[in-house]
Amino acid sequence: MMTTLKLVHLVLAFVAAPLLLGIINRTKALFAGRRGQPLLQAYYDIWKLLRKGAVYSRSTSWLFAAGPWIGFAAVVAAATLVPFGGARAPIAFPGDFLVLIYLLGLSRFLLVLSALDTGSSFEGMGASREVTFSALSEPALLIALAAVAKYTGCMSLSDMVVATVPHLWLCAGPIVVLVGLALLIVFLSENCRIPVDDPNTHLELTMIHEVMVLDHSGPDFGIILYSAALKMWLLGQVLVGLVVPAHTGVLWVDTLAVLLSMALLAVLVGIIESSMARVRLLHVPQLLVGATTLSILAVVLVLR
Amino acid sequence: MPVSNAISFYNGQAIDTKQVPVLDVGTFRSSVIDAAASGMRIAALFAAPLGNSRLRLFAVLADDSAGTLGVLSADVGERYPSVAVDCTQAHWFEREIAEQWSIVPEGHPWLKPVRFHPPYRGGRRQDEPITPSVMDFFKVAGEQVHEVAVGPVHAGIIEPGHFRFQCHGEQVLNLEISLGYQHRGVERASVGGPNKRTVHYVQTLAGDTTVGHTTAYCQLIESFSGRNVTPRAQVLRAIALELERLANHTGDLGALAGDVGYLPTSSFCGRIRGDFLNMTALICGNRFGRGLIVPGGVGFDVTDRHCESLAERIAQGLKDVTVAANLLWSTPSVLSRFEDTGRVPIQTCRELGLVGVPARASGVEMDCRFNFPTGMYRFAQVPVSTWNTGDVFGRAYVRWLEIQRSVAFIRDQLASMPDGPITTQAKPLSPNRFSVSLVEGWRGEICHVALTGPDGGLMHHKIVDPSFHNWMGLAMALRDQQISDFPLCNKSFNLSYCGHDL
Repeated sequence: MMTTLKLVHLVLAFVAAPLLLGIINRTKALFAGRRGQPLLQAYYDIWKLLRKGAVYSRSTSWLFAAGPWIGFAAVVAAATLVPFGGARAPIAFPGDFLVLIYLLGLSRFLLVLSALDTGSSFEGMGASREVTFSALSEPALLIALAAVAKYTGCMSLSDMVVATVPHLWLCAGPIVVLVGLALLIVFLSENCRIPVDDPNTHLELTMIHEVMVLDHSGPDFGIILYSAALKMWLLGQVLVGLVVPAHTGVLWVDTLAVLLSMALLAVLVGIIESSMARVRLLHVPQLLVGATTLSILAVVLVLR
Repeated sequence: MPVSNAISFYNGQAIDTKQVPVLDVGTFRSSVIDAAASGMRIAALFAAPLGNSRLRLFAVLADDSAGTLGVLSADVGERYPSVAVDCTQAHWFEREIAEQWSIVPEGHPWLKPVRFHPPYRGGRRQDEPITPSVMDFFKVAGEQVHEVAVGPVHAGIIEPGHFRFQCHGEQVLNLEISLGYQHRGVERASVGGPNKRTVHYVQTLAGDTTVGHTTAYCQLIESFSGRNVTPRAQVLRAIALELERLANHTGDLGALAGDVGYLPTSSFCGRIRGDFLNMTALICGNRFGRGLIVPGGVGFDVTDRHCESLAERIAQGLKDVTVAANLLWSTPSVLSRFEDTGRVPIQTCRELGLVGVPARASGVEMDCRFNFPTGMYRFAQVPVSTWNTGDVFGRAYVRWLEIQRSVAFIRDQLASMPDGPITTQAKPLSPNRFSVSLVEGWRGEICHVALTGPDGGLMHHKIVDPSFHNWMGLAMALRDQQISDFPLCNKSFNLSYCGHDL
């Protein structure tokens, strides 16, 4: 029963991930006074790309073609480590959150390598930015999780969310708030959302993530889009799992609460994107260091 | 202060070509340099053929404080000492002259073609490089220095242009802009005219400046024929020019917001721009004002009902754009992107001879509607809107100030619309005349210069779009900036490719 449930949760993540993009885009459209694209547009795009042929530049090697798929595999592996709200992940062991972070890191590393493989100056710039910013968001994420681990005494992400969340709010509200804010900034940065990156821009020189994948096409690009959506879902799950106390014990209520929280997170991202401009590239590190500071503050509160 | 050796005249006034002083090249050169040093601007610098394969250099100098224009000329051979060495403003003009007529301005610091077309005179073999054939881009060498090439095909739906950045990491050390992809030969097409096509060519010189360019051209033709424009036609021309300004400035504010990822203003302004374009369509049936301005007046009249509707719509337009613009000025994240980005000091503006919004944003008090008024602007003045920072914010804010003043101007004009006909009897063009027509288009000073031949036909037509002056300003604005801020700086200038390439 438990195994089936875990698998259902996993499948739910795989199926529902691109929906987040739809919700974000519809929220933004609402603010702009437009009707917006269909909720399922991301699915249509990915499906369309997967059926297309790919174009490869003569200056690229096998790495260029392999990058997106190895990256995808890494994200899928990461998905097995992420708990669904208050439910345990299919695979859980002490220190699994480190594996999770570095599996996502591996996926990015492969994407950066295949971007550099093209030899294009745009992709080189994008890769350099991506690596710089992820190096800064990594400590924020790690320290935030470390704070929760220390407070709960659990070394597994699943244990952290299962064992503790309901009373975490009651006993350690400030810690949850700090961790939640830090994770939200990391969520925005890692998923290339405003204020760090603008997913809608067509201007190569200002892009971060988008410019790295300019040369990918067809199924390769489709799988990059899907991996990105899945990664957004996973980081969202970590955030929601730690912050939303959905632990009634009634299965459908919990599941619904988690899905609703994910939708609300997407709406929140849409609201943030509609109400502020992107920060100057030079100031992005300040934002990420700010997130790290919040995490450190949470650790200080735990250790106090 | 009139320049020594130059004849002084007014915007839109034709003078006898014989009155234009012909100097020797050395005196010509020093007179232009002295005039620029004393604060005058080069409105146009070009070479024109004088029948028997001789070339004559003409310099049109604009004195903003006196409101007068000066012109001087010199006959040149195959080479002459470059003016640009001592007068930066002449730099781009001399490259153009060298490319068009294969003459060499000796000592020119960076002699490259600006449009990459074969010269107008002398044959050229297919395999021969286009003169002057320097094709190198300015290069920076060193560790961690890298080169980024953008365009001519861009990711957005915009015109083609090539940008070559020399960067150190994210920092831009130098930007070189290479244009010419849109060259169509508009100036040459006017020669021998004007014919039925000429006005249509002028209307599409720069599609977003139809009214500006057509007004400048019509003023030019009217000055040659001594044709008067009725008060009603003058008012309609001015309203159309201001509507064009409103539509484009509003669009620019929206595009600037879009570039920093600020959705509300971006979305609102996109729609409001359409509203302003539709107001032009209300007058003449075309959103860009094609067919509205014709030599001798305007092609379409308005009824009282039109005027009422226009007044209503313009009030609503101002209300909407006020909300959208104020969102920009009150959002800290937007201001932090705009402020201190792409700064052009006032000194650089003067040296490069920048015009229009970028010059005013740096504090240069210059506006053809004010300094060289023609038509309705002689009677109803529009104050010059300036700002003092010279950054993206300044260029955005000057646009907002101009939007408000344009609306006020249009309202005043609608309230006191003169009666009468909209066009006058056509007259033939006088032979052997020289005339300059300046109009403040929404981008800045539009300059049309022409000479008529012995038969009264156009012998030479020189068009200077504000973009011709300002592209170099964009290159300077990018110095020591972040390469990721280029699109924002570019949008804050919003220059025309086809207006430059002609």
